[in-house]
Amino acid sequence: MNDAGALVLPTRTDAFEARLRQRYRAEKRFKALGLGAILFSVIVLAFLLVTMTINGIGGFQRVESEVTIDFTQAGLAGDSSTLSQSNAVQTLEAQGLPAVVAMAATEQLGAEAAAQIDGDAWREVAAAIIADPALLKETRSFSLAVGPKLASGYAGEGSPEMQALARELAEDGKIAKNFDAGFLERADATNPQKVGIWGALKGSIYTMIVTLALAFPIGVLAALYLEEYAPRNRWTDLIEVSINNLAAVPSIIFGLLGLAVFLWMFPSYRSAPLIGGMTLALMTMPVIVISGRNAIKAVPPSIRDGALAVGASPVQVVFHHVLPLALPGILTGTIIGMARALGETAPLLMIGMRAFVAAPPEGFTSPATVLPVQIFLWSDEIDRNFVERTSAAINGLAIYLRNKFEKKW
Amino acid sequence: MNVTVVHPNLDTENPKMQARDVSVFYGDKKALDTVSIEIPTQYVTAFIGPSGCGKSTFLRTLNRMNDTIATARTEGEILLDGEDIYKSGMDVVQLRARVGMVFQKPNPFPKSIYENIAYGPRIHGLAESKADLDAVVEKSLSRAGLWNEVKDRLQDSGTALSGGQQQRLCIARAIAVDPEVILMDEPCSALDPIATAKIEELIDELRGRFAIVIVTHSMQQAARVSQRTAFFHLGKMVEYGKTSDIFTNPLEQRTKDYITGRYG
Repeated sequence: MNDAGALVLPTRTDAFEARLRQRYRAEKRFKALGLGAILFSVIVLAFLLVTMTINGIGGFQRVESEVTIDFTQAGLAGDSSTLSQSNAVQTLEAQGLPAVVAMAATEQLGAEAAAQIDGDAWREVAAAIIADPALLKETRSFSLAVGPKLASGYAGEGSPEMQALARELAEDGKIAKNFDAGFLERADATNPQKVGIWGALKGSIYTMIVTLALAFPIGVLAALYLEEYAPRNRWTDLIEVSINNLAAVPSIIFGLLGLAVFLWMFPSYRSAPLIGGMTLALMTMPVIVISGRNAIKAVPPSIRDGALAVGASPVQVVFHHVLPLALPGILTGTIIGMARALGETAPLLMIGMRAFVAAPPEGFTSPATVLPVQIFLWSDEIDRNFVERTSAAINGLAIYLRNKFEKKW
Repeated sequence: MNVTVVHPNLDTENPKMQARDVSVFYGDKKALDTVSIEIPTQYVTAFIGPSGCGKSTFLRTLNRMNDTIATARTEGEILLDGEDIYKSGMDVVQLRARVGMVFQKPNPFPKSIYENIAYGPRIHGLAESKADLDAVVEKSLSRAGLWNEVKDRLQDSGTALSGGQQQRLCIARAIAVDPEVILMDEPCSALDPIATAKIEELIDELRGRFAIVIVTHSMQQAARVSQRTAFFHLGKMVEYGKTSDIFTNPLEQRTKDYITGRYG
């Protein structure tokens, strides 16, 4: 429109266009960098998952040997009434079940191999009989776990004799590596063939329940009070700084605190999920307070004004309006804090949750261990893919809850 | 200069609210300087004046919304039906149920349209049953001229409505608790002319049933909807009188300058 040669438009000069091109180049560069970062993360994640899966499958398998037992010849007595009592395993043991199993193994596998069958393998047979006493009138074959020596022989490790024996048995089809669902049902054991994660998982669940029950209400109430009620003065500043510092304290320090305070208060609960949960709650609470305060701050003041103006009391404003709107943010912080607590090893080592615990915990006060500590203890035997699964489950839960509570204003 | 000019022909019988020498401080800063006014029951009262003149601050003292600002401090007396609302022991929750408020920016709760209206009556226990509550919701939405537009989607979110509808929803929310006074803080400043016209129509319909106080930047709006106008400038109330008198026969030079567009 304005073609007058005398007037030089500042947006039509070569220099301007050069700058414009420069700006587009910068944008393209930035986009490429972002895409590169995403690709890199995806590749690393995929690599991680693939390695975990490949290595982790071993955790679900064990070397087993098929042994057929003819109970009609074994001379074991018992019916549903005697075998429903709590001492049923001892009853069967007294009647010679271990010997029956060992004999069957010797007949079918040979003495050398039978000696390598796990000494406690008869307990699985006992469990099957207790579950179904009618078995005592039948012939049934069982997959019995082999002992650690033969298992490592099967894997091509250990002594040459064992390797030779394992090869021989495997060629005859007498031992094989099978899927073992029991890995999810058992607790820790001395024989790597017989370990399971149920004990640690149960310990983790109990510990997380205690942590959540303590850290969530205290954290949310503290955040609400600090944001909605507390006056701004030197004391609240001090509290704020302390909470921020607390969130940055190394976890092992919380373990020392748990050792010094909680175990001093409840000395008989060493290794218990209760103490572990309390210690982890201390660690999780500042994370919940900080994320909770940010979420509460993000609720628009106009919503508070609107509620106050129709005559809502401050408590009603908080619980009817502020808290529901802040909940997605609070939950995000809680999940992050809980995930961190779930993966925490160091503070739990301090309060004795690293003991060898062969039975799943009965409750909040019985000795237990937790998944990360279990993994730490096993470190070179069992892979981490259970932790990954747990994390995946937690993330799924987080996404679901966030979407459920997310609201626009 | 300090004294408000009150037009002599103003009848001040039966005021709903009276302010006596009200000053408001934000920290050390005096935002409002000794304002005295009588707000009639049956009319719409408009506060006009340039930005930062204290008109919104004064409005917010009338239902003690300034209490939510930590540094705000109010002096003087404000009477609602002869009772000082700043006296100790005054129940602020009850006061705000009696003196409702509509804000500059529509602020419906992020809940359903029904819940937006039902919230106030429910927390005050004004409805005995679900049927009562339904009736209150319908009555309030009808009075706000919104019923026909939303009756088929009461469960939709209030935030999904258009700006003008949201503001009428907020007015419906305010009248759902049957207040005696409704304060409106520039209720049309975020709306387009058509939505503004609807709100003004609504204000006109609500007049007489509620005492209405409206803060506005628009002098035309004040002229259209109000019967009483107070002009604020630099924290002081300069002039107060019938709207027709203020706009046709202002007594103060500053008022004259403002309404003729010399500043503001």
